[in-house]
Amino acid sequence: MKLGLALRELHRSELKLARALDAVAARHHNDHGIHHVAKDLTHWSREHVALIAETGDRYGVRLRAHPRTAAATRQAQQWISDRVGRRPEPSLLLLADLRRLHRLAAGVSLDWELLAQGAQAAEDDRLLELTKRCHPQALRQMRWANAMLKELSPQALAT
Amino acid sequence: MTDRIADPWGERTPYGAAQQWPSRVDTYLVDELIPDDVDRWVQSAAVLHSNGDALDIAVKDGRMVGVRGREHDRVNRGRVDPKDLFGWQANASPDRLTTPLIRSNGRLVQTDWDTAMSAVVKMSKQLLDDFGPSALGFYTSGQLFLEEYYTLGVIAHGAIGTNHVDGNTRLCTATAAEALKESFGCDGQPGSYNDVDHADVIALYGHNVAETQTVLWMRMLDRLHGGDPPAIVCVDPRRTPVAQHATVHLAPLPGTNVALMNGLLHEIIENGWVDDDYVEAHAVGFEELRKRVAEFPPERAAHICDVSAADIRDAARLLGNAQRLLSTVLQGFYQSHQATAAAVQVNNIHIIRGMLGRPGCGVLQMNGQPTAENTRECGADGDLAGFRNWSNDSHVGELAELWNIDVSQIPHYAPPTHAMQMFRYAEQGTLRLLWVSATNPAVSLPELHRIRSILAQERLFLVVQDIFLTETAELADVVLPAAAWGEKTGTFTNVDRTVHLSEKAVEPPGQARPDLDIFLDYARRMDFRDRDGERLPPWTDPESAFAAWQRCSSGRPCDYTGLSYEKLRGDSGIQWPCNAENPDGTERLYADGRFWAAPDYCEAYGKDLITGAPLEPTEYRAMNPDGKAIIKAAEYIPAHEVPSDKYPLVLITGRTVYHFHTRTKTGRVPELVAAAPDVWVELAEVDARRLGVTEGDVVTVTTPRGSVVAKARITAVRPGVLFLPFHYGYWDVDDAKRNHQRAANELTLTDWDPASKQPIFKTAAARVSLDPAATPRRQVL
Repeated sequence: MKLGLALRELHRSELKLARALDAVAARHHNDHGIHHVAKDLTHWSREHVALIAETGDRYGVRLRAHPRTAAATRQAQQWISDRVGRRPEPSLLLLADLRRLHRLAAGVSLDWELLAQGAQAAEDDRLLELTKRCHPQALRQMRWANAMLKELSPQALAT
Repeated sequence: MTDRIADPWGERTPYGAAQQWPSRVDTYLVDELIPDDVDRWVQSAAVLHSNGDALDIAVKDGRMVGVRGREHDRVNRGRVDPKDLFGWQANASPDRLTTPLIRSNGRLVQTDWDTAMSAVVKMSKQLLDDFGPSALGFYTSGQLFLEEYYTLGVIAHGAIGTNHVDGNTRLCTATAAEALKESFGCDGQPGSYNDVDHADVIALYGHNVAETQTVLWMRMLDRLHGGDPPAIVCVDPRRTPVAQHATVHLAPLPGTNVALMNGLLHEIIENGWVDDDYVEAHAVGFEELRKRVAEFPPERAAHICDVSAADIRDAARLLGNAQRLLSTVLQGFYQSHQATAAAVQVNNIHIIRGMLGRPGCGVLQMNGQPTAENTRECGADGDLAGFRNWSNDSHVGELAELWNIDVSQIPHYAPPTHAMQMFRYAEQGTLRLLWVSATNPAVSLPELHRIRSILAQERLFLVVQDIFLTETAELADVVLPAAAWGEKTGTFTNVDRTVHLSEKAVEPPGQARPDLDIFLDYARRMDFRDRDGERLPPWTDPESAFAAWQRCSSGRPCDYTGLSYEKLRGDSGIQWPCNAENPDGTERLYADGRFWAAPDYCEAYGKDLITGAPLEPTEYRAMNPDGKAIIKAAEYIPAHEVPSDKYPLVLITGRTVYHFHTRTKTGRVPELVAAAPDVWVELAEVDARRLGVTEGDVVTVTTPRGSVVAKARITAVRPGVLFLPFHYGYWDVDDAKRNHQRAANELTLTDWDPASKQPIFKTAAARVSLDPAATPRRQVL
């Protein structure tokens, strides 16, 4: 059974997404719509990380349930964001960040899909329940990044 | 007539269930005039709230001398709100703007129309050449007329092709519109005021109707005093007049509305108070809701909201057993955390109980401003005209046909830009011309020091069109003096889709001009043309603009084709849709469970209530192929700014019955100024005692963004919560002395609901301290 391996990979990718969301929230403190929603979505990923760690025990995988997700430089990044908020350049940086978030969330979504496939083959109902709970939120994180790219790119690129 | 300042609601005219609301004609004339002295009565309706009370303006010797309610109108049956009884006097205020102003050497100086408009046109053309249409933005109002909004929408979306058009309706009614789109696929008020006559339970969610729509409250009060009165469920952190009349009053912690609604829905579903046949036949999404609210037994909701679980059960029992349930929703939900998600749960109660489209069974997702509904219909508020769907190419194609322009000229590559994002673009310097009409963002938007700094930028060309030199106008590069209500003709539509005609009663002062004329003058000077080289827009006056709008509305839910100015000169306003099929208008929408939600017809495909991401057309089609009502569940998410050791209280802002918006008008009316002369802060007795504050003390309210100095009022607001009225700005005080410590929005945070983009004014962490200067004997806490 390689389900433990899949859980470990998922733990890694969810944690990476949580950290990326947290970083985006800090870096774009002055883009309030991004800042607040990114923080909310970080909570989802953190919750997923904790659930994966909890589940890992049953598969002999030891994973941290509450690893640090906030960068040590968060305060500094927020400070910088508020200072450069008057310039148009951060809007291009934001597009790059959203693009990266979209890729990370897509990766997480695929990892959940793999886990769900494995859980079905192994007839592991508890694991399948976990994927049903978390996978939709990964997709919503991805769609959010996509939607914000679509909404913000015209002004960033054409003016 | 009673003293309507002391008693805003006047005398009772009780009536029983299913009876007609008796009329009561309210009149106010100055100088002890009697009705026989009046030269002319000119038909209009109220513009100091969203209720749409029909009234006549009294004219004598070419000036306004009073108002009288229209006895046979379906909305008010003769009654007039105290603001409207006295508020018309602001029109004749000596400090009206009477000439255009232009900034010269840093100061605003008087000029003529030609100079002012030429400056605006020159800047517009230069920006269009250098940067394209996205450098221009328009921020309008909830107080102009339908004809003006449609004209502005055509100019901005069509002739210029910018995506940046919104109204301050974003602050008052954006969530109402969004919640209706989410649940029914389309904007459009399901209910009718007449539902008050029939309901056996009326539930008011974050809606202090007694102060925001006094005439609607009079109707409810009259039911409460008559036979077979309805039960009232009130959700409000303050003990408002509505709460005092409530059978059950729930006062949740600000920011927890979704948890409360999920708790109520949990009880309704758990107890089997669901109309299964209706849900099966007319809705999608019930299973998801059932799963979501299963997580919210009343104890959990009670814990999150800090209310009693027994009260949640009692409220749910009333909602679940009502035979004719009327629900109304306003800013306590719309301007709070998770605004759309919470408002949608109210719709969900009606869908799962099958309580739509029948007498007494209605939802009223309220508006704040008199003509907010028209901003929504006409595409001046971040929607496309006629409730058309920006992500449906055939809808955009219809507009291109109507306006005779290329479809690519109408921006539809992304959702129309909402106001807060427009200000962000201005802050970043990519939106370079902002044209503000009939509103006052320098007082009404959140985090005012930020807003002032954006509006004051050298690189932003700010045009302000208004009737007074507002706090915003003081920052403008060009100020355009507008004619006020009563000085121009047009139509507008209230909360329950009732259309009224408002005719010109007197001449505008000086060189002030109707907003419609100003917009059209701009279009002519810009020489906007359609595909055939004809003028765009082609119309020239209110009635021809109305006719153009009728063509635009044809076949859409907000169908005006059966109306005309002549027809609106009758006894009563008329509810849309009004067309060949419904020549007398339509009382209630969604009778027999038929909705405007079909994928090809709907106004919107909906959004993720948490992230705000729009659904793709294919997703919507798969979810709702048959155009049923959409039940949308939502998870609860804690507020973005919660109390801390440093800021232990929650600040909410709101209204008083005596003022409207930023007091531009009501602050110039002696009776209303005397009734509420200056800002105050309400706090609960337990908090006051802890802080050593007594009634009337001058205190400082502080959040991470600023401070407001106000007199303390100790009221029955829930402990832990502060209330500040948001009306007070700086035009009528010595600015230097008040040091930007008067407007509530100095304190609010920049945050908005991800779905409706409505700013959040009702969750900010705050602290209160006694003002050391004003109360030197006491220690500062």
